[in-house]
Amino acid sequence: MSTRGLRPPGTGAPDLRRAGPGSLARTRSVALAVAWRGIHNAFTNPAFLLPSVLFPLFFFIAFAGGLSGLQNAPSFEFKSGYSSFQFAFVSVQAAAFGGVFTGFAIAADFELGFARRLLLAAPNRGGIVIGYMLSAMARAAFVIGVVFIAGLISGMRIDGSLGDLLALLVMALGVSAIATLWATGIAMRLRTMQAAPLMQMPIFILLFLAPVYVPLDLVVGWVHDVARFNPATAFLEAARGFVSGEPTKVAVSMACIAGLGALAALWARGGLASAERAG
Amino acid sequence: MSALAAGSTPAQVGLLAGRAVRHVVRAPAQVVFPIVFPLVLLAVNASGLDAATKLPGFPTTSYLDFALAVPFMQGALFAALNGGQDLARDIEGGFLDRLALTPMTGSALIAGQLGGALFMGVVSALIYLIVGLLIGTGIAAGFGGALVLLALAVTISFAFACLGTFVALRAGSGQAVQGFFPLFFVLLFLSSAFFPRDLIEQDWFAAVATYNPVSYLVEGIRSLVISGWDGQALAQAFGIAAVMIAVFLALSAWALRTRLART
Repeated sequence: MSTRGLRPPGTGAPDLRRAGPGSLARTRSVALAVAWRGIHNAFTNPAFLLPSVLFPLFFFIAFAGGLSGLQNAPSFEFKSGYSSFQFAFVSVQAAAFGGVFTGFAIAADFELGFARRLLLAAPNRGGIVIGYMLSAMARAAFVIGVVFIAGLISGMRIDGSLGDLLALLVMALGVSAIATLWATGIAMRLRTMQAAPLMQMPIFILLFLAPVYVPLDLVVGWVHDVARFNPATAFLEAARGFVSGEPTKVAVSMACIAGLGALAALWARGGLASAERAG
Repeated sequence: MSALAAGSTPAQVGLLAGRAVRHVVRAPAQVVFPIVFPLVLLAVNASGLDAATKLPGFPTTSYLDFALAVPFMQGALFAALNGGQDLARDIEGGFLDRLALTPMTGSALIAGQLGGALFMGVVSALIYLIVGLLIGTGIAAGFGGALVLLALAVTISFAFACLGTFVALRAGSGQAVQGFFPLFFVLLFLSSAFFPRDLIEQDWFAAVATYNPVSYLVEGIRSLVISGWDGQALAQAFGIAAVMIAVFLALSAWALRTRLART
């Protein structure tokens, strides 16, 4: 694989070799270059872009369309309607899977040898991880935007203000960052696409062990017990609060993002160290 | 391969089917994931969607009973994917080209290849039924119904394996077979697998689910679990599976002839 995309002529994207004297400037330079490449690759190759858009869009259509009768269940209370209820879930899911798909891209970079050249070229390797994270966040924001437009076209009701929606986006980007750091840790340790299920399955299971279809009170059995302590529940409830204009669990979800983000950063840092040791 | 050259068609089928089964058994990822994943999803959905059973007109009081049909369908989809993957690998690796140099018949190749998928279909259907019974799901149609359920599940598995075989022979690439996988799941999610058709509120979704043959396959299995003997549901499910088998076997034979002619 060529390094095409690191700094195309005339784009103004930073050059890895022209990093500033300070550590921060070097990190920023590397991060922006890697992010630009990730965004460029994601948005110019339909094979990369389509799955990350179609996957959440399909879930939105299938759940909001097929399961909307659930809003008639006794004790189901969500004033904005079932499409909005599912939009919140799909936003969080799209954010998380944006991170997972970026993990796939990192693994592919290792398989093709590009990541090793990147490790050699970068003056600050932490910037590589930040760059991948930024590209995942850009992808997530785009996909959420597409699902939002699709929802509005299909008559989805949004009771939250612009500020609420921006808060939802910020929270989703936080989720995306955590998922990227998680997938990065796996991709950099194993350095093969065969690790894809390891990146994907835990996040998939974590998301579905939350109140996906109905509010937490209506979830029964062992899933209810797990969901009460699942951070994904806090993300979903906060997202639904933003969509309905009645913010809830905001502090809890932000604390979860901070805590999980710190743990995931340590995990990704270990992965980077592993990749460095492997040479 | 000398046995292939000398043997009759049944012997050739036996050899290739044995090879396909050994492929499945020797790859734990091909066995464990297709069996475990649908069961995990069943457990999660049974808790998450239990509120649906409180809706007026919902056909049962246990969502677990309602959803037990879904793992059988997912198992069939995984069987199609794995069978297609194996065949595509044989095409990419040149095994099919080497077979073309032997007196092996095309029908033996297809039947043998489907042996692995059929084996996987039988094993997974048995496991889903046993797990379903262990976690408290009743079969309304009784012991005979359980046997018919197994027969229907295996027939559906075989039908989807025929589809996977056709895709593999036509595309000749494992990546292409993988690319079809989401399409199979779209068919499942846009059906009545998770919600009864008459309770779906969105008209367009209800229309899609009504025209989606997967709805009738799921409803055939489900009828045995929650309502007993329902001749119409069973006839529709077996009928659709039989048509799928006939159509995709014919298409697979055509695709094989085309591929061998190119070779």
